Amino acid sequence: MNIPQELKYTKDHEWIRIDGDVATIGVTDFAQHELGDIVFVDINAIGKELNAGDVFGTVEAVKTVSDLFLPVAGTITEINAGLESAPEKVNTDPYGDGWMVKMTIKDAGEIASLLDADAYSNLVA
Amino acid sequence: MFNTPFTKQHIALGAKMAEFAGYNMPISYTGINDEHAAVRTKAGLFDVSHMGEFILKGEHALDLIQRITSNDASKLVDGQAQYSCFPNATGGIVDDLLVYCIAQNKTYMLVVNASNIDKDWNWVSSHNTNNVEMHNISEKTGLLALQGPNAIKIAQQLTDMDLVNLKYYTFVKGKFADVENVLVSATGYTGAGGVEIYFETTDTSAAEKIWNAIFAVGEPHGLKPAGLGCRDTLRLEMGFCLFGNDIDDTTSPLEAGLGWITKFTKEFTNSEHFAAQKAVGLQRKLVGIEMIDKGIPRHGYKMKNAEGVEIGVVTSGTQSPSLNKAIGMAYLVAGSNALDTEVFVEVRDKLLKAKVVKLPFYQA
Repeated sequence: MNIPQELKYTKDHEWIRIDGDVATIGVTDFAQHELGDIVFVDINAIGKELNAGDVFGTVEAVKTVSDLFLPVAGTITEINAGLESAPEKVNTDPYGDGWMVKMTIKDAGEIASLLDADAYSNLVA
Repeated sequence: MFNTPFTKQHIALGAKMAEFAGYNMPISYTGINDEHAAVRTKAGLFDVSHMGEFILKGEHALDLIQRITSNDASKLVDGQAQYSCFPNATGGIVDDLLVYCIAQNKTYMLVVNASNIDKDWNWVSSHNTNNVEMHNISEKTGLLALQGPNAIKIAQQLTDMDLVNLKYYTFVKGKFADVENVLVSATGYTGAGGVEIYFETTDTSAAEKIWNAIFAVGEPHGLKPAGLGCRDTLRLEMGFCLFGNDIDDTTSPLEAGLGWITKFTKEFTNSEHFAAQKAVGLQRKLVGIEMIDKGIPRHGYKMKNAEGVEIGVVTSGTQSPSLNKAIGMAYLVAGSNALDTEVFVEVRDKLLKAKVVKLPFYQA
């Protein structure tokens, strides 16, 4: 299982790449494997200020649907348009082309509450 | 949790495993879409050994089956099978099943859903007033479903029994892959054609022999192992009912579109009630729906009309791998269930547009 060291994680199997006050969010390799073939990603929370833990969208796989939870408070600024025509990128490249949203972080202090790669490895071991 | 005779093989193949009806079952190996495509275009092998099998024997066996099933088993001659259901006393369904006529008027095999083995056994037993000899052979019976356009070609290489000319819903018994007493029927739950292979697991080497032999001759024909995930997407594309989703203890076989296996030429559990229901007209019907808006219907989602009035409930839904669109089945009330009716599925907080379509969704 691929769990890149440089990312942060949540217990809901999302990853967060932090770059200043901007974060990129996707689902982990574990999550995409559990979900199976992903059909589409539905995000309608763009531009809204959300709290940590709020549902910002859903990911529909052939067999199942799963909510997406915002890891930290902030505002979604961009949705990965590439997933519209190629949702399977979430399966094939979950940490790269399969990213889902970019957001601005409201409170950098919340980052400390996220899991690091080792803690997330233990969670899914 | 029970294992099937093939659990070792599934794990060795790296299958995603999950508990289903108390059994440790493979959900998928290479991915639902990939396995689904293999079954539609080439061949797939499913381990469905979790299914239940009962043998009913003796001069009153047929009478018992006739009294508790909705289809007419008296029509069956040796080597024929039929789809049927056990109606219950309250207007619903105990289970759906296959009835195999091993020897007319003497020996029958009932094949039931894994999740209902105990319930069905008790149900049949409670109606067995004439001392029909009953055997629950579920635990010592293995079952593989070899499905797809290349399935017969593959299976025929492993037996002298004539499978090429085996008609739909008939079966033969004999030696298969060097294993004796194997029952091969031209049945399945995928709409892709093929056979289902029943065998005794008392000889512990039988399962492995059959599995290995099928893959040895099957791989050049594009055979892949196929899990319960694609079994569900395949059956749904055909509009086949799944017990627990589309039919259950509360759904009428008539409302479920199973009128074709509900024969009023004989008496069976609650047949008067169902005859009356048919005469009065059905208040709701299980129909196919296809999404127009982007979204996937799922079991339990509410159905509404354009005015926002609730008109039914989704029983099954998926993204169809063959058709690449979202499909589902739903019970819809009379007046809202005609073909091409525009309906709405409540997906979380949104109403998404869909329409009523003909079943099956997929045509080969």
